[in-house]
Amino acid sequence: MSAFNAIGEEREIDRDEFTPGVEPQPTWCPGCGDFGVLKSLKQALPEVGRTPEEVLTVTGIGCSGKLNSYLDTYGFHTIHGRSLPVARAAKLANPELEVIAAGGDGDGYGIGGNHWIHTARENHDITYIVFNNEIFGLTKGQTSPTSPKGHKSKTQPSGSAKTPLRPLSMSLNAGASYVARTAAVNPNQAKEIIAEAIEHDGFAHVDFLTQCPTWNKDARQYVPYIDVQESDDYDFDIHDRREAAEMMHETEDVLKDGTVLTGRYYVDDDRPSYQQEKTAVGEMPDEPLAERYFDDDAEWERSYDLLERHT
Amino acid sequence: MSDDELIWRIAGGSGDGIDSTSQNFAKALMRSGLDVFTHRHYPSRIRGGHTYVEIRAAADEVQSRGDGYNFLLSLGDSFARNPQEEAYYGNEEIKPLSENLDELREGGIIVYDEGLISEEDVEAINLEERAEENDWHVFPMDLRGLAKEHGREVMRNTAGVGVTAALLDMDLEHIENLMSDAMSDDILEANLEILHEAYETVNEEYEFEHDLRVPTGEHETEQALLSGSNAIAYGAIDGGCRFIAGYPMTPWTDVFTILTQNFPEMGGISEQVEDEIAAAALAVGASHAGVKAMSGSSGGGFALMSEPLGLAEMTETPLVLVESMRAGPSTGLPTKPEQADLEFVLYTSQGDSSRVVFAPGNIEEAYEQTRLAFDIAWEYQIPTIIIYDQKLSGENKNVDVEFFDREPEPGLGSTLTEEELKEAAHDVSGKFKRFNYEDAENNVAPRSLPGQKGGRYLATGNEHSPVGHIEEDPDNRVAQMTRRVEKLESIREELDEEHPSNQTYFGDETADYGIITWGSSHGAVAEAVERLNDDGHSVKGITVSDMMPFPEQEVTEFIESVDEAMVVEMNATAQFRGLIQKELGRFGEKLTSLLKYNGNPFEPAEVVEGYEVNLAEDDREPTAQVRIEPAAGD
Ligand SMILES: Cc1ncc(C[n+]2csc(CCOP(=O)(O)OP(=O)(O)O)c2C)c(N)n1
Ligand code: SF4
Repeated sequence: MSAFNAIGEEREIDRDEFTPGVEPQPTWCPGCGDFGVLKSLKQALPEVGRTPEEVLTVTGIGCSGKLNSYLDTYGFHTIHGRSLPVARAAKLANPELEVIAAGGDGDGYGIGGNHWIHTARENHDITYIVFNNEIFGLTKGQTSPTSPKGHKSKTQPSGSAKTPLRPLSMSLNAGASYVARTAAVNPNQAKEIIAEAIEHDGFAHVDFLTQCPTWNKDARQYVPYIDVQESDDYDFDIHDRREAAEMMHETEDVLKDGTVLTGRYYVDDDRPSYQQEKTAVGEMPDEPLAERYFDDDAEWERSYDLLERHT
Repeated sequence: MSDDELIWRIAGGSGDGIDSTSQNFAKALMRSGLDVFTHRHYPSRIRGGHTYVEIRAAADEVQSRGDGYNFLLSLGDSFARNPQEEAYYGNEEIKPLSENLDELREGGIIVYDEGLISEEDVEAINLEERAEENDWHVFPMDLRGLAKEHGREVMRNTAGVGVTAALLDMDLEHIENLMSDAMSDDILEANLEILHEAYETVNEEYEFEHDLRVPTGEHETEQALLSGSNAIAYGAIDGGCRFIAGYPMTPWTDVFTILTQNFPEMGGISEQVEDEIAAAALAVGASHAGVKAMSGSSGGGFALMSEPLGLAEMTETPLVLVESMRAGPSTGLPTKPEQADLEFVLYTSQGDSSRVVFAPGNIEEAYEQTRLAFDIAWEYQIPTIIIYDQKLSGENKNVDVEFFDREPEPGLGSTLTEEELKEAAHDVSGKFKRFNYEDAENNVAPRSLPGQKGGRYLATGNEHSPVGHIEEDPDNRVAQMTRRVEKLESIREELDEEHPSNQTYFGDETADYGIITWGSSHGAVAEAVERLNDDGHSVKGITVSDMMPFPEQEVTEFIESVDEAMVVEMNATAQFRGLIQKELGRFGEKLTSLLKYNGNPFEPAEVVEGYEVNLAEDDREPTAQVRIEPAAGD
């Protein structure tokens, strides 16, 4: 008998299974974009055939970090900015788990920026959803790394002097093999992109535009968006790094002054995931390590066998 | 000072092969039946600079580096001759000779490499005069020239070993065998030639009247020579650890590398990551998913781990961290030992956080307590920390091979199987009550692993309900907090019952003067106590290993049994004495401190002197670089 029977279970899965039956009810403000992420995940997970118990959602801290409180999977609500290293290791320990990390733009692009770059660089096979509301929500409206230049907040009362970070370009440059942007105001596209990201073998980064009606009323996320894939104005090959980079640049420029573009920007299906690379060089066991602890027949090597070199 | 011991010091520049040479020589001495103990001194520099390794060998047990030494093999710093213009090397070639003389005992032997150290330099340091005063026996030898003739310059180490063996009347057999194990073909041949020629040259050309000989001894069982870092790595392996994440920092890097090198064969995973926050967070993630995991660092890196440490405490994720101390604050003395991170390790992290902290005092304890750390962490779902230092990390000592002959412990402690999960408590929506406080035994709430059927819950760093949801209800808060805090009491009970041997006692049981120490100072203190008793004093000692939960009863009994006690530790602020007083709430008037924080570990003689100064009725100060911090009211 396997120790992880919920993994790989084949059956019809209802999206309601992902909703906690009792408390807690979401504490997000009415109209918050975070509801959109929750909804698209609940739709995407049954679509890709994942049961609640084989999914591990790892979140950071912020309004966004509460995602897994309202989504009924295995969950780890970590600390501010640290969801990625926790998620990455869980995946290495048991590659059969579906690991999804999530957090806010402050959480992921600010305090957790170092982890983000390195997780992308190594191309870990996890999905990373960043709730990008261009603001710190939970701590009441301070400027975030994606807030536009000139943005006024209590901590930058004269308007921010900082140029906003470009998350899509950053991720591409760091090595992510799937980079997309979607928006809570477009549930259909959001669901599709999340499902694709989950199925992608490698680091799939989804910059999810989520409006924060409470602290960031001016943000562009409310305006209609254009799907880059569906518009004739934006013809490019999503498998081509250079073209993708150029498109991202354009998008990241225009987000601040008018048109909001969403869609897939870069997909590299050929790049092996970190786990595959690590297996190839002999640093990763073939079988899930977590399983071994339940295997009564497993032979555990012991240090005594290493002593010869010391005698 | 014992006469039947050899303390051999090999000195040169970093990168001169001092390490491998001394490692082999130490093994040869061990194989010849002696107990050995090595001490390594090196600067924070990759190549060049003054570095030495000391090997102490005797027929009886050796627990410390001893005081001073009696044989110097001075190779000359080859990197001092680096011709690069911008490099400042000055006149450092002589250093491996000049820098070592102060601690050389009377009647000692000096061998130096004439090939690298010039005559004028030797004259400039008045070697002849000093040798006469101290009855040193000096043997200038062209080791470099000899090596060059048969192979390459670097092989002058081998020439030095050959000379040593001849001067000490030592059989070459073990040295030859070790060489054959480590090298082959031309290299082996050249080295053997050099070894023999050096050996014979001494025998033919020198008449020596010194009486230092290699001691003779015999081991009844097979011995292994290994370091504290080896012991911690092996304890982890046998404790079932198969995941390590880290970021390099001296001296923790040793444990990290040893496990990394062994894991591929064992089916384990090692990750070198972007920083120490990530490293500890990875260990938390792997442990959460069902693999016994560890991480670690030295002080500065451990500072970054305080966040994931707290996360592990709050989510009750088992975790083992090692903290390998070096002198601080900040980057401090990167390659020198100190015992000054104790308070930091005990109280790092916000809130009423608890963790288990073990401080092994020697190689055997390092292995034993690392195994125990894994057991306790997985049983009680709490972080355990092994705190040790650069000294214990790098020193090598022989240990009976049989000591390590035990079964590994891959059990995941209080982790439920799917069968057991069926019987466990769930809430109405089917969520597993992972943080159930109602029927927790020993304050432990068993856990499930992601992917198990029937085990869904949320682990959260916020205060949480039994199924893991963020919960601010006061009754729930009190119940969860109390259970987590009281785990330490349950652990104390288990340690008292099953592992009372964590604390080590030595000396004269009836003595009314006590010495208390912790961690790697153990060896020097134990030896000092033995000497004091041999000299007619009456002293006893205890080395405490459990830092949290503290062995209150044992330490109380020890202090109550003496009139006065001296706490010996390598730091400037008497942190361990502070811990004793905090934990026991008294004894301020009974405890004196002997402190050392100059970057070098205690030598037994310093502890002996500390005792004498402490008991003297005058205002005497210790002569060495140590400090006495009087008892309260003194
Ligand atoms: C180490 C640390 N620093 C600061 C905080 C306080 N804090 C909580 S959430 C947050 C910012 C959240 O912003 P974002 O990640 O954009 O998420 P949002 O709330 O907008 O979803 C901060 C600074 C914390 N919890 N931990
Ligand atoms: S503060 Fe903003 S981000 Fe947070 S819940 Fe309210 S609307 Fe959403």
